[in-house]
This record gives sequence, C-alpha cells and structure tokens, in this order.
Amino acid sequence: MALLEINNLSVNYGAIQAVRNLTLEVNQGEVVTLIGANGAGKTTTLRAVSRVVRPREGSIRFDGKDITKMAPDAVVRIGIAQSPEGRQVLARQSIEDNLELGAYLRGNRPEILADIRKMYEMFPRLGERKAQLAGTLSGGEQQMLAIARALMSRPKLLLLDEPSLGLAPLIVRDIFQIIANLHTEGMTILLVEQNARLAMQASDRTYVLEAGQLTLEGNSRTMVDDPRVMTAYLGG
Amino acid sequence: MGLLEWVKQALVSYSVPAVAARRCYGKLPPPRPPRAVPALEPTLTSTLPAKPIKRKKKVNIGSWIFFAVVLVFLIGPFINGLGVVLDPSKGTTATSVVLGVLPNVLTQGLILGFVFAIIALGYTMVYGVLKLINFAHSEVFATGAVVGYEMFTILQNVSMNPYLKLTLALLVSMIIAGILNVMIERIAYRPLQGAKNKLVPLISAIGVSFLLQDLLRLFEGIKRGQFNLTYPIPVELTAPLALPEWVSNLGISLSVKETLLIGIALVMLVALNYLVNFTKMGKAIRAVAQDRQTAALMGIDSNQMIMLTFLIGGALGGAAGVLYGMQYGTVNAYVGILPGLKAFTAAVLGGIGSIPGAVLGGLVLGIIEQYLGTVPSLLGGLLPTTDIFSPLKLIGAEYKDIGAFMVLIVILIFKPSGLLGRSTTEKV
Repeated sequence: MALLEINNLSVNYGAIQAVRNLTLEVNQGEVVTLIGANGAGKTTTLRAVSRVVRPREGSIRFDGKDITKMAPDAVVRIGIAQSPEGRQVLARQSIEDNLELGAYLRGNRPEILADIRKMYEMFPRLGERKAQLAGTLSGGEQQMLAIARALMSRPKLLLLDEPSLGLAPLIVRDIFQIIANLHTEGMTILLVEQNARLAMQASDRTYVLEAGQLTLEGNSRTMVDDPRVMTAYLGG
Repeated sequence: MGLLEWVKQALVSYSVPAVAARRCYGKLPPPRPPRAVPALEPTLTSTLPAKPIKRKKKVNIGSWIFFAVVLVFLIGPFINGLGVVLDPSKGTTATSVVLGVLPNVLTQGLILGFVFAIIALGYTMVYGVLKLINFAHSEVFATGAVVGYEMFTILQNVSMNPYLKLTLALLVSMIIAGILNVMIERIAYRPLQGAKNKLVPLISAIGVSFLLQDLLRLFEGIKRGQFNLTYPIPVELTAPLALPEWVSNLGISLSVKETLLIGIALVMLVALNYLVNFTKMGKAIRAVAQDRQTAALMGIDSNQMIMLTFLIGGALGGAAGVLYGMQYGTVNAYVGILPGLKAFTAAVLGGIGSIPGAVLGGLVLGIIEQYLGTVPSLLGGLLPTTDIFSPLKLIGAEYKDIGAFMVLIVILIFKPSGLLGRSTTEKV
C-alpha cells in the first residue's frame, strides 16, 4: 500500500477547474515529482493534500487514513509537511523562531532543540545566522529554511513546492543536493517543479500534469529522454 | 596621503558598520577569496541603460493648507506664549507659568498615555491577525470600566486590603472583558471571515459597538438606576504619595493610585512583550499575523490563535477600563467612545499592527493631549484682550480632543504607516 494515495481528485477555484480527476500515489521512501507548465495545477494538488484548499471530488489517503476532510493542522500532525511555493518564511521572525514554529505541534522541548541543532548541521548557513530575521536572508537561504522548517515537524511525507523558484543555478544545485541527501536518508518526498530535467534526475518516478490532468507517468530515468515531456511544456 | 584620502579612510574605518563589525570579530574579517564559478550557459544581460523613471511630484495644495491650519493649532500655544513673552511686563510670568506646570503635564500625560497605550494594544493586536479594526474594542474597555465599578462597589464595605480590592477588580474585569471580546469575534466576525468586501466585518464591528453601549446602559440603568457611576475607591489609594523632596520640588505630585496605574501598566506591557516574543504561543500568534496559510501548513490553528488574540486584547482593554475609572473617577456606558477613538489614533500614530508602536503612540498622544488641555488656556489667560493674539485666548482645555484627532489626520496624510509601522506593500 502506498503512503499517499490520491484518487480522482478535482479542485475548483470558483468556476475554474484547477485539477481534474487526478490519481497519483507516492510509496514509502520514494521521491516522486510532479511536473508541468504554469497553471497546470501542481501547486493546487499539494495544497489539497495539505488541506488548505478543499477538494471538490475525490479522496486523499495517507498512511491508510482518509485525510480528505481533515483540518490543516491535523494533516501536519499525522506526518505531512509542506515547504510552500515562494518559500513563505516568516519574514519578521528569526531563523530560530521559524524552526521552532515548524515543530509547533510537537511537545518534547529537548527533542525539538536537538532537532534544531541537527538542522543547523545540515544547513550550516542557517546555523551561522540563527538570530537573523528570516526576511533578510537570500532566496537560497530562505528556501533552505523553508525545507528545514518543514522537516522540523518530523514528517513521514515531505511536500516540496518549486524549491528552485527564482534561485540562481548554483543555489538550485545546492537545493537539489539537499533533496538527494534526504532521499538517501529515506525521506519520502513529493516534489513539484517547473525545472523538469532537474526534477526528473532527482526523482524515482514522474507525473506530468497538463491543464489540470495527468497526461504521462512513469520511471523518471526513462522519461528524461521522452520527447512527449517536452511537448507537455510547449503545447502539442 | 592627502587630507581628502585621510578623511575618506577615517570615515570608512570609523563608520558605524565598520565599528560594529570590529566589535563582533575583534578585527575585520579577511576578505574572502573569490569563489570559482563553473561556466554556465551564457546569461542574457540587459543592454538597456538604466533610465530613471521621472515622476511628477503631485502637490496637493489642500493637504498643505490643512497642515498649516493644524500647525497653527498645535504650535498656537507657543505663539500664544511668545505673545506674552514679547510683552515685557508679562514675560517672566508666562515663562514661569509654563515651566511650573510642565513637569506635572508630563506626568499626567504619561498616565493618560499608559491608559491609551493599553487600549491601543487591543486594536493593534486584532488588526495584526485579522486586518480588522475592532471598533467594538472601545466597548470592551467600557465593560471593563463598569465591571470594575461593580467590583469596587461590592467590595466597598468589606474590610479588606485596598490593594487586594484593586487586584480583584482588575482580575474580574480582565476575565469578563476578555471573554466578551472572544464572544464578539465568534459571533460577529468569524461568520464574516469569508466576506469578499473588507467593509462587511467593519460594519459589523460598529454595530456591535452600538449594541454593547446600550446593553451596558440598560444593565446599569436597571441595576443602579443612574447614568454616571462614581468609582468608590478606597481612601488609601487616593492619598498622595510621599515623594522625595527633589521630585516634589519640580512640581510633580502623584497619588498612590497614579503610581499604581503606572506600575500596573508597566507590568502588563512587560508581560505582553514576553508573551508575544518569547513564548511559543506568542510566536504562533505572530506567525498567523504574518501569513495565515503558511501558519496552517506548520500546523498552527489560526482560529485558535485569533481567539487568543481577542482574549489578550480584551483582557488588556478591561484592565485599562478599571485603571481609567480609578484615575478619572466617573464612568458610564458611553465612556469608551472617546478613549477608544483616541487609543485607535494612538495605534495608527505608532503604526497599526505594531505592538511597540501602540505603546509609543499612546504615550505621545497622552502627553500631547495633556499639554493641549493645560498650557494654552493658562497662557490665553495671561493675554491682554487688546492683543493681536487675543483670538488665541479662545483655545481652552476643550481643544485637547481636537489635538488628538488632528494628529490622526496629519499622520494619515503624511505617514500612513505610522511612526514604527511598516509600509504595507502587499506581495503578490
């Protein structure tokens, strides 16, 4: 049984259908990527999993439990954390506060502090400036903070929404290195990206989303060279 | 080395950042070697020369005229004084009159300012999380004042330490006002959270404000049969405080209750600062204020945090009500209107949404108001009727309210983000 199962998910924004009949699954320990052009419905899918948007139809199951109607905080509690699009760090709070709030639902304070130290080891640049306001960080550092913050809830599934958005190529490489490291540590990740080539290189399986519908899916290694992926971006 | 170079060098090495850096590192860190950048695809560089965008500065004559009028009103008292000073026979009198009252104006202004500041915190905190001006907050304050009155009345004939009576009155009115504020949010604002028009909850707030005013009046009308309620404050609290001689020589006099008011206000401000900046709950409230959706992704229940904000803001408003009643003696069902509006002004003055701003705004406004309520009329009284400044004689104590609201308008025109506020450019 897959860790995350999305069945026939449809999401509407008013009259606009953002996602149509999407069916997708993520297995334990896998990195799965969801790629597609602007407005294809990638972010909406992640937001539906995190329950900050309400699906119109379909079901989402996580770890055997139906989470379609859960509250957003309950979803975090059972082990889904998201690093949102555009990073969305809490700009007016320090790095330390951001990380601490990432563990908002956890109770054990010494354990949380230990995890914060672990994050500083993993992202030394955050550790160097832990008292600095998150809004004053560079884009790459903010992205690292957003990922670290999501990890602070000790998730079973990490949702990453466009971690490369607006970052310099060198920094993008760093970020994908982090994703690869998390993968080897056994973290399950659902990655949404526009940078299709990088995303496919970093993942086990790929889904291609076009105008709210899945059009292709398969093993990332074979799909890197699939010309149809390119068509999905440029339009047939 | 030329003098110019030397000055330049000195400016660089003694500039604030350089000094600060030396303080941190002992000496300046060595410059980093340039990092080898692997060759990447050629990037497009803009070939267009940067052209400054010329923008015609609009001169709004109306607002300048308005500003001039306001200035005359605010500085009027000084001109007033000047007129007196220029008259050699009165000059020394005017100076000594102003200097004589100034210390007391400042202390009384601070007392008023603390009351404004504590009310203003309720406005600013709610604005922070909901982007809504809680116009019912002035009635939460009035409820606190009335509950305080009831508590003091109930305890009037009980033999009990007067400080304990005050503590009880404060606690009960804080609890009641806090719960009332939470109920207001639950009943009047939460159902309207999805409303597309931001005015809808605002109108609801104004409606709640009117409703509560008249409910309070009804309640007191039935219970006490009178409109104005005089605080039965224990005599021990109204007694003047024995101050050290050098303080009383300055012309400052304080009663026990005034000293208590300042102390209680300070304790509440420190406690609030701790709560908001150093506890997990406070950090979560700030997270919700910054970005509700991201807070939700971190597992923070924003409705719960909004509820807590209303509880804290309401409790502060209730405490302010008791302090106000204790300080100024008489309260009624409509007592909240003017202090509420002024506290709102204070919140805007400091930068709405900013907690230190609310405190600063409250204190500044309190002092301005106390000054305008005292000094102009004192000086006006000294003016001869034939003087060309004689119309300024008319600026009496009643003008203090105008002062507060002129401050509001000036702030809205010239610095809408307030003294400590951030300019609110919304990111898309």
